[in-house]
Amino acid sequence: MNGPSRRETFLLGAAALIPASAVAQEAPRRGGVLTVHFSTEQRILNPSLQASTGVYIVGGKIQEALVDLDAEGRPAPALAESWESAPDGKTHVFRLRRGVTWHDGKPFTSADVQFTAMEMWKKILNYGTTMQHFLTEVQTPDPHTAIFKYERPMPQGLLLRGLPDLGYVSPKHIFETGDIRQNPANTAPIGTGPFKFVEYERGQHIIAERNPNYWRNGMPYLDRVVWRVVTDRAAAAAQMEAGQLLFSPYSALSIADMQRLGRDPRFESTTRGNEGNVRNNTLEFNFRNPVLADIRVRKAIAHAINVPFFIENFLGPFAKPGTGPIPSVSTDYYPGANMPQYGYDLALANRLLDEAGHRRGAGGVRFNLRLNPAPWGEDIQLWSTFIQQSLGQAGIRVEIVRLDAAGFLRSVYNDWNFDLATGWHQYRSDPAVSTTVWYRSGSPRGAPWTNQWGWQDERIDGIIDNAATEVDPVKRKALYADFVRAVQTELPLWMPIEQIFVSVFNRRIRNAGNNPRWASSTWHDTWLAS
Amino acid sequence: MRVLRLALWRLAASLPTLLLILVGMFLLLQLAPGDTVDALMAQMGGGDARMAEEMRRFYGLDLGIAARLGQYLMRLVTLDLGFSAIYGKPVATVILERLPPTLLLMAASLSFAFFFGLLFGVVAARRVNKWPDTLISMLGLVFYATPSFWFGLMAIVLFSVYLQWLPAGGFGDITQNYTGFAAMLDIARHLVLPTLTLGLIFLAIYLRIMRASMLEVLSLDFVRTARAKGLSETRVVAKHVLRNAMLPMVTLIGLQAGTMLGGSVVVESVFALPGLGRLAYESVVQRDLNTLLGIVFVSALLVIAINFVVDILYARLDPRISAES
Repeated sequence: MNGPSRRETFLLGAAALIPASAVAQEAPRRGGVLTVHFSTEQRILNPSLQASTGVYIVGGKIQEALVDLDAEGRPAPALAESWESAPDGKTHVFRLRRGVTWHDGKPFTSADVQFTAMEMWKKILNYGTTMQHFLTEVQTPDPHTAIFKYERPMPQGLLLRGLPDLGYVSPKHIFETGDIRQNPANTAPIGTGPFKFVEYERGQHIIAERNPNYWRNGMPYLDRVVWRVVTDRAAAAAQMEAGQLLFSPYSALSIADMQRLGRDPRFESTTRGNEGNVRNNTLEFNFRNPVLADIRVRKAIAHAINVPFFIENFLGPFAKPGTGPIPSVSTDYYPGANMPQYGYDLALANRLLDEAGHRRGAGGVRFNLRLNPAPWGEDIQLWSTFIQQSLGQAGIRVEIVRLDAAGFLRSVYNDWNFDLATGWHQYRSDPAVSTTVWYRSGSPRGAPWTNQWGWQDERIDGIIDNAATEVDPVKRKALYADFVRAVQTELPLWMPIEQIFVSVFNRRIRNAGNNPRWASSTWHDTWLAS
Repeated sequence: MRVLRLALWRLAASLPTLLLILVGMFLLLQLAPGDTVDALMAQMGGGDARMAEEMRRFYGLDLGIAARLGQYLMRLVTLDLGFSAIYGKPVATVILERLPPTLLLMAASLSFAFFFGLLFGVVAARRVNKWPDTLISMLGLVFYATPSFWFGLMAIVLFSVYLQWLPAGGFGDITQNYTGFAAMLDIARHLVLPTLTLGLIFLAIYLRIMRASMLEVLSLDFVRTARAKGLSETRVVAKHVLRNAMLPMVTLIGLQAGTMLGGSVVVESVFALPGLGRLAYESVVQRDLNTLLGIVFVSALLVIAINFVVDILYARLDPRISAES
């Protein structure tokens, strides 16, 4: 008790050698309120019913998934302690964690998993309905075992990669009566997670407090998490500086502010912790326009746009050129950059357009196109203007049609009323979750972010279907390489930019970004330095 | 009693207008491409078509436009504003939650603008074409010409980020549990910057109107009479001129109450206040027809009420205008 303890002596000595943050990791401090920027309000907060970052950022602290990702991005136990799969890929057994209780005190059992999987993931959850389409039943031989049965082979890799996002469990005893969608627990969630829901004041804030009975002993460290609704980007940046917000997730600030705060020693602007949330800027072609159905025109358009120049001057350090629909952060399936690419070459673009028979007319204009940019993200607005200017050089006059979110989705994916469209392709851990639907034919009209281009390729459809049910990971990777090569050759749409979402942290937050989907994760080990 | 009868008469007379506004709004929103399920899809980042169809049924969008409009109007007769798609609660509850911040902000900035507009207007009129007048008129022009979001952001940068005197946004400090007087003080602190930001533009208008109106009244015969009686200049202004010069100001308040209800979207966004303006904006973007129509309905009622109060004020200020006429 007298004088500094041995530990403190060690810390004092170490402080001279290593940066302060590394020292602080030694002794997590309890308590404190983490205030989080909540930029778009959601209709519901239940991640078993809605898979989106806007839900995970809140619901992911209150409810938990069967499987999580570890620091290296590998599937790690969460509510499931272990798992094994039959060689045919049709049976997957999950052993559930014992001694876990819901926030209302009831025990967590395999019946909850069964109910959530069959009634929510398979029937309601976006992307879950596709992933669990061939799930026939979930058997519960005992309260701590859930056996998933599939009609067709389900690759273990796909299931385990999908579950951290699409495997959140909801309590059966709360949801089994009445309409699931109208259940009040959708906006006042009850889970097993480290934080308990307290209140949601629409337009203002959401509050969750420490769950004292959390199954990870002694965790979480924070007393409370408060999400503040701030819709104005500039105002959110000011609140970060005033200390009213400590964390702004998913590139919710303006690009200029993210860079400016990144230079301020109080903050960190980083892609760390978002490796699981990659997006590509797209350029989508409507094949119903005969001009664009010609592959020479699509290639010419790609060659006419100087992507590295755009990234360097507009997006800064948080983006890089994309090489295809499977991004470079996908360690399991990235096929490398040696696929067909379309570098900037204006002369080639002009030659291709000439060959396609589109001679320059009055004022040097070959033809006109309408471009619909998605209204989310500052980068899309910049990118659409850049496309307009670049194509102008090649003699293509582009008219930008700006619509809000509902209008954009309706006109592009339902009314097919566009020539070019641009938005984000979000890669969700495995190409079969939300990537191949952009290319697979047969999506019903109106399904957003699917192949609505009026383009179909049977060979590519075949590769997509085979890869989705291929159980052998090596063969699966080879199939996805074939897929990327084929779509980069045919170019039904183009994904020339790869971006990871940016988090802006106040440096008081410790253990920030220590897994690839940190903003969506539980934050059980997050703490605040004084 | 007479006032009550008049109020009822006014309300009845504005019913056709109200109906026209609601139906127009309903039809206008039908023209916007996409519906609330599209907006939900955008928010979710995708989903399959089967689910979208089910959601459309859930929100009652599978019916025709006429059927839905008819349903809406029928429910309105029973004062049922319907269910909000984005909030999952009855529209009346949603609006009621948002009304206090809106009314507070509106009342605070209107009073601020009215009081200082009056003061500066009088000062400018009394020193017409001298330096105080030039200074005040110039300031008014600056306030009027500057966009309010810029004012708001600059106020945040100065008072919240650098000086750290006032909070940068929100309606209360949620990391603390204030009650009673402390909670009131907390809300007041949060409202200072938004009130100033929203009030400045209106201040500019009021001071111009007040100055012009003062100059006009000052040149009238009864003022000369008052001066001839030997009254002091202060007394002339306070007792005789001010009261008459205030009529245009009061008219303006009645007109601008509506503007303020809807016109504070920018201020509410910048200061992250949970007001009606932002709710309306959000419901348009999310195509939440019930909520939007509910807001229109409530705002219209508020404007009617405020205009009624203004009319009564007229009669008080100038007895020649009776409430009957």
